[in-house]
Amino acid sequence: MRTIRFLIQKEFLQIFRNKSILPIIIVAPVIQLLVLAYAADFEIRNLKIYWNDQDQSTASSRLRDKISSSEYFSLTDVSFEYIDLNEELDKGKTDLILNVPIGFERDYLTSEKSEIQLLVNAIDGIKAGLGSFYLSQVARDFSLEVGGELMAKMPLKKIDLQVIETTYSFWFNPFLNYKTYMVPGILVILVTMIGAFISSMNIVREKELGTIEQLNVTPLKKYQFILGKMIPLWIIGLFEFSLGLLVAKLVFNIPIVGSLLLLYGFTAVYLVMVVGIGMFISTVTETQQQAMFISWFFLVIFILMGGLFTPIENMPPWAQKITLINPVRYFIEVIRLVMLKGSGLQDIGRQIIVVVFYAIIINSLAVWRYRKTT
Amino acid sequence: MTDPAPIVSVKNLVKAFGKFHAVDRISFEVFPGEIFGFLGANGAGKTTAIKMLTGLWKPTSGEATVAGYDIYKEAESIKRDIGYMSQKFSLYSDLSVVENIRLFGGIYGLGKEEIKMKSDDLLKRLNLEKEAGSLISSLPLGWKQKLAFSVAMLHDPKIIFLDEPTGGVDPITRRQFWDMIYEAADRGKTIFVTTHYMDEAEYCDRISMMVSGKIAALGTPGALKKGFKARDMDEVFVGIAREGKSLAE
Repeated sequence: MRTIRFLIQKEFLQIFRNKSILPIIIVAPVIQLLVLAYAADFEIRNLKIYWNDQDQSTASSRLRDKISSSEYFSLTDVSFEYIDLNEELDKGKTDLILNVPIGFERDYLTSEKSEIQLLVNAIDGIKAGLGSFYLSQVARDFSLEVGGELMAKMPLKKIDLQVIETTYSFWFNPFLNYKTYMVPGILVILVTMIGAFISSMNIVREKELGTIEQLNVTPLKKYQFILGKMIPLWIIGLFEFSLGLLVAKLVFNIPIVGSLLLLYGFTAVYLVMVVGIGMFISTVTETQQQAMFISWFFLVIFILMGGLFTPIENMPPWAQKITLINPVRYFIEVIRLVMLKGSGLQDIGRQIIVVVFYAIIINSLAVWRYRKTT
Repeated sequence: MTDPAPIVSVKNLVKAFGKFHAVDRISFEVFPGEIFGFLGANGAGKTTAIKMLTGLWKPTSGEATVAGYDIYKEAESIKRDIGYMSQKFSLYSDLSVVENIRLFGGIYGLGKEEIKMKSDDLLKRLNLEKEAGSLISSLPLGWKQKLAFSVAMLHDPKIIFLDEPTGGVDPITRRQFWDMIYEAADRGKTIFVTTHYMDEAEYCDRISMMVSGKIAALGTPGALKKGFKARDMDEVFVGIAREGKSLAE
């Protein structure tokens, strides 16, 4: 233990003297959390709509009013004759084109159905999906309200309008605040990234400088060496997490419903795993550049498949299977469950088991790969 | 040098990287208290040999014992009894002089008092008292080398391996460095030193000359000079290289 203490002291001295690592540890997460939390906002407002109304009827103008009064849409162009809609979409000036064909009102009042045509610029998939969803909501509202009114004036045809009201109530995030949902996830990614990077750079840096040889000719035990490296990085990871949590609470006022102790307990285990990944990468690479590339490869997959940017339920089945081996996924689940829902130990048992399992595997690999003699 | 029990004994040691034999069946013995010089051009296999003896690299074949321990099975026991200073300067340049001493003292299991005492003594001997708190990176190369040598001896090893300790150092500092080597030898340490400066060979008790992985000549500087009818070690080296002849066989 005494030997390990000397090593830990050495690591901290080096980290605090390193002019490039220190800002990464302290400033970067705060800035990233602030920037990302505001930027990673999936709510869509002000979709640009091209209004092509060939019907020019009372019904169509009521629909138009309904759409333009919504905060989600703004009418940017209007025309009343037949135009080449594809061309308009190609120009990219508009997100949606709504085409009201001739006879819209007539069909609406007399026949079973009437149609409007919606063309969506789907370059941005999320925007396209939400845009068309919002618009069909507006159309539905329209047929309930306006349709009823119009039909009242038309005694020719009586249809029972079936009104199905859906009422919503959002649990655990009552105002559907995106930040409440995103910030804990971003925090997980930051802790994972910084933890993996600084630890993957660490041993490999000593290889590059040649100082590792000096350690390898000493009677230092393998476990002493690995623990002497891991403990400081693990402490930094916990510091990182606390810093992020503080920003989440103070700046974004993210609720912490569950037990803070449980959250830290999980983070502690998770960090053993993250640092282990870094250590392992460090032992299989020879230069910091290689270590950086390999870390990136894994981090990009972990982050994009972690369930923060794309909900895991939306992924195809094979991709969902891949996420089962993604540690980031489990931490994001846990942090949301504990912080927002107040879940207890029994609710996150599965995630704990998986992460403990990973921590053991990856650290065993790192210890096995680290050779004093090559 | 009449001690019959060698402290380093090497028999047919080989290190191969694929087909290339960096060290090709070398055999020699080093006796306690000796300054044993390992000479040769760059790439002759000196560093490879030293890395095998210090337990950094696994030999491909052959036998060797260091301080009585087998280099295959007891590499970790060897590490207690050896000091090592590599050609790639390897103290931590972002730590101060005392921090380095404390770290390596701690790794070798020295007590707090012992570290303090050794550290004071070392700084006094090297005239580095004023620089105790300076970062290694701010010291001139010659001072760093002397410090690295002293740190390598912190735990009182029986044998010290020095891999080109004087590379890139000015002649005066080199001279001072050799004074330190003599001092250590006087205290009973065995010194195993590699160099490609032929004048340094004269300072050694015995030398072995390596040419492309093999030991081409082995003996005292005097005997080698006599054998090659040379005035200095430079001529011995040129002689060996030219004739490709070996005295070792």
